[in-house]
Amino acid sequence: MEQLNGWFTELLSGNAIFTANTLSFYWDGLVTTVQLVFLSLLIGVILAVPLAIGRGSKRRWIKLPIYAYTYVFRGTPLLIQLYLVYYGVVFFDGIQDSIFWVVFKQAFFPALIAFTLNTAAYTTEIFHGAIKNTAKGEIEAARAYGMSRKLMMRRIILPSAFRRALPAYGNEVIFMLHASAVASVVTIMDLTGAAYYVYARFYAPFQAFIFVALIYLCLTFSIMFLFRRLEKRLLAHLRPRGA
Amino acid sequence: MNKWITSALLAGALVSGQFLGQAMAQDAKETVRLGIDVPYEPFVMRDADGKLEGFEIDLGNELCARANLECSWVEQSWDGIIPGLLARKYDAILSSMAITPERERQVMFSLPYYNTPSVWITARDRDIDIDDKASLKGLSVGVQRGTIRDVYVTQEYGDVLDIHRYGSSQEVVNDLKSGRLDLTFEDFPIANDAIDFRQEDSPYKQLGDSIKTPTSIFGKGAAMAFRQRDKALAAKFDEAICEVYADGTFDKLMDQYFDYDLSVRPSEADCAQ
Repeated sequence: MEQLNGWFTELLSGNAIFTANTLSFYWDGLVTTVQLVFLSLLIGVILAVPLAIGRGSKRRWIKLPIYAYTYVFRGTPLLIQLYLVYYGVVFFDGIQDSIFWVVFKQAFFPALIAFTLNTAAYTTEIFHGAIKNTAKGEIEAARAYGMSRKLMMRRIILPSAFRRALPAYGNEVIFMLHASAVASVVTIMDLTGAAYYVYARFYAPFQAFIFVALIYLCLTFSIMFLFRRLEKRLLAHLRPRGA
Repeated sequence: MNKWITSALLAGALVSGQFLGQAMAQDAKETVRLGIDVPYEPFVMRDADGKLEGFEIDLGNELCARANLECSWVEQSWDGIIPGLLARKYDAILSSMAITPERERQVMFSLPYYNTPSVWITARDRDIDIDDKASLKGLSVGVQRGTIRDVYVTQEYGDVLDIHRYGSSQEVVNDLKSGRLDLTFEDFPIANDAIDFRQEDSPYKQLGDSIKTPTSIFGKGAAMAFRQRDKALAAKFDEAICEVYADGTFDKLMDQYFDYDLSVRPSEADCAQ
């Protein structure tokens, strides 16, 4: 450890910008970004599954509100949604005295809410498309077995739909990671926030942002790698034989 | 013989020319052109007839009168104001230019003549002692990212206050009003415009004194700028700045345009030179 420390100090010596102090800013930013993106994706997926099923419903009163929701959240920029949740909520009278203020006082939760609603809207549409594309033969076969609609959804439609949605969803995860850069405008010290701070402190935009770009690249690469592995496993049946 | 006469005439012409020159210098004052970026209210603006007016115009004219100089104003947009000085379009800049190490490499500054202070602001019903650091633990403060106020708060209060950094001062004000922030540390003129904190019945108030020091963070202030070689001219204006501060003329001018204190009184050591 001491050896590592010594090596690290030597590496940073003669470097005015990337001191241990600024690197700890980047590290905290990395933790915040990963937390924010992971949590919003997780909650987003949990919301998106029932919404995607409802989106394909034949009943208009279920279908239309969900369609309106995905339309609005996919049709407006994430930055605007974040502004609305962060600065907009304070215009509700008396919110400062209500229990909601515990959530809205910090910057993290408004950002989490905006990101979750945004990714849930996109994920709903991805899943909805995958469900709609289920092969007719699979459904007919399930019916022939006498499966109820619920059972058919659980055993046949959803598993195959998730597999088909996987590549598109992998993209959504990467998009979400990149979109999370807007979190810094509401004072969250995420990766981009850390880069802004270093930029403003040392007047060194290039170094500050190229460093953070490299961290984003590493994150993106890990996500891509993960989804490749998953696709290879789960979509193995679609690959040509012997390939 | 002829030679003698020529020499005598030449000498006479030279001597009398010298006297004449001196006499003229005493009559007509030396002229100095001052460069300024218009408008920057209330420091400089135009009245209805298009004439220049404002705090810096009055101050500049006063300084010139005291230095016994004939001054004229030359308008120059901000981004070309130092190149314009070096290209001799004018002899000095008097345009709210803050002294910075980067600029000091190109121009020579006079003594600073003003500096805007920064202020702590909080809700009127809050009881906060800004000098008692232990009592501040966990309170949130909003600052504009990358400003001198960000640097000050980070350096002095980084270990006790929870610092929120914003892209613009408008956003800081929004979150002070929404109740997300316990404190803000703002530039006085900006706070004066954006938050009504000086009236008795306003929901906000100033905490402690206005802050202008340390100069290592807040800068020395705004000063006149000269070409490096014009040391004599700079010295004349330094002396005039000391004078307007010493006899209260500066304060009188300041009160005419501002309702807060932006003076940077030069030290006796600076004025003795």
